[in-house]
Amino acid sequence: MIELSGFAALYIFMLAAFTGYEVIAKVPAILHTPLMSGSNFVHGIVVVGAMVALGHADTTAGYIIGFLGVLLGAGNAVGGYVVTERMLEMFKTSGEKKS
Amino acid sequence: MTGLFSTSLLIEISYYVAAFLFIMGLKRMSSPVTAASGIKWAGLGMVVATAITFLYPDMHNYALMTAAIFVGGVLAWWTGKRVAMTDMPQMIALYNGMGGGAAAAISAVELLSGRELGPVVSTLAVLGGLIGSVSFSGSMVAFAKLQGLLRKDVRFKGQNIVNIAILAAAAVLGVMQIAANGSTDSITLMFALALVLGITMTLPIGGADMPVVISLYNALTGLAVAFEGFVLDNAAMIIAGTVVGSAGTLLTQLMAKAMNRSLANVLFSGFGDSSGGSQEVTGAMKAIDANDVGIMMAFAEKVLIVPGYGMAVAQAQHKVWELTQLLQDRGVTVKFAIHPVAGRMPGHMNVLLAEAGVPYDIIYDQDEINPEFDTADVALVIGANDVVNPVARTDSTSPIYGMPILNADKAKNCIVIKRGQGAGFSGIQNALFFLDNTRMLYGDGQAAVSELIQAIKSL
Repeated sequence: MIELSGFAALYIFMLAAFTGYEVIAKVPAILHTPLMSGSNFVHGIVVVGAMVALGHADTTAGYIIGFLGVLLGAGNAVGGYVVTERMLEMFKTSGEKKS
Repeated sequence: MTGLFSTSLLIEISYYVAAFLFIMGLKRMSSPVTAASGIKWAGLGMVVATAITFLYPDMHNYALMTAAIFVGGVLAWWTGKRVAMTDMPQMIALYNGMGGGAAAAISAVELLSGRELGPVVSTLAVLGGLIGSVSFSGSMVAFAKLQGLLRKDVRFKGQNIVNIAILAAAAVLGVMQIAANGSTDSITLMFALALVLGITMTLPIGGADMPVVISLYNALTGLAVAFEGFVLDNAAMIIAGTVVGSAGTLLTQLMAKAMNRSLANVLFSGFGDSSGGSQEVTGAMKAIDANDVGIMMAFAEKVLIVPGYGMAVAQAQHKVWELTQLLQDRGVTVKFAIHPVAGRMPGHMNVLLAEAGVPYDIIYDQDEINPEFDTADVALVIGANDVVNPVARTDSTSPIYGMPILNADKAKNCIVIKRGQGAGFSGIQNALFFLDNTRMLYGDGQAAVSELIQAIKSL
């Protein structure tokens, strides 16, 4: 794995923070709920970290906590995806509305 | 060696692609035209990142890992598919809390492993663990409250001081952990304190403010995920977590602003604590029957509908859309006017209307629609109250003074569908109901709109 040491990591942090801000800055109020749900889904990436933590655990406590971590992370990712998709699928214009 | 190298490279490339897909997905989600595809882009990124992680070097416990993904994923899939659109805010809180819990779990595994992490990494591990724990238990309380499992807003004197004391104690344990690897007991206590803090912070906050809190916890979980990403040298987690952290912070501010509250005000004081005496409103409410409203709307040029959460509670949104189509067929211009905090969180009303089939291009934000009330023949207020109360403009002693409102009172005729004569959610008497151009149509939202549909059909 690459080493993300010191300032390289800080630069990533800074640029990602501005990216998040800019991406959301002009969003219309009608999308606030789905967008919050969508960003909630994106931090479901934590499941990946939980997998790595569990994969390297060697103690009983590590197994249990790691297992819970992966379970919760998977719930975050899958649940976040399902509800966001359900909400966004419903947004239609007059032209394409359901009959 | 070559094999290991190429696997590592493959993993890095996959995470890079995932990070790109997350940002593109979020970008697309910020416009209604591309939003539905945005979540699919982000979803693809998640699948790529998760699948490739199975190839991570030197891992074991694959069976446990697969089982956990399966159980967590299936439960979340099942609940997510079943949840009603009105209950969306608490489901977001629930899934968000799970993410916070996962970040805390990573931190706990790393800290308890006894490995030498070094001062920077252990600081980030501790911070991410504390934030994740607060987000986890706080989100669970928010979920329980909105779900109706927990009805009371628990408040006591000195609550903020107690919270600060808990935070300070957790911080001290955290600093000790960073200075020298602590015992299992002290690490456990640190996490326990953070979990308690999330509960005591969230308990006093009322249901109306909860969306802002959920949004804040969403941002906090993002931050916790980013910190744990640093601990694990995982760029995808750092980028996704940080993007969500800053985007979530901005969203939280936008929501608080739309509710005319500061974030500090939401977190540290309960709504209604400072409510002054509700001033007398003079005049009488004037009732009207559905037939007269039907005629008024059918021969109008422009009708603006102001829906509130009461409409969704009465499950009237499908009937409202039917009414809208009926009016459109008669050549009436119908537009929906949405207050930023209509529903239980900003944008929630748009979701509820979209579910009923209302196209988003006839749904307007407050700033876009407010000038149009002057030229509207009828403003139909259904299930909304405080967001159309003109005292917010005029009465500086009112708790809602200064909150931007929809100018329903400026329409030629204002029709309010309301169950009874009581005051609004905030307990404030609504001056709109007493105006000369306002008529009250009493009844359950769904039944009243059905009557309107009948009245217009029989013309």
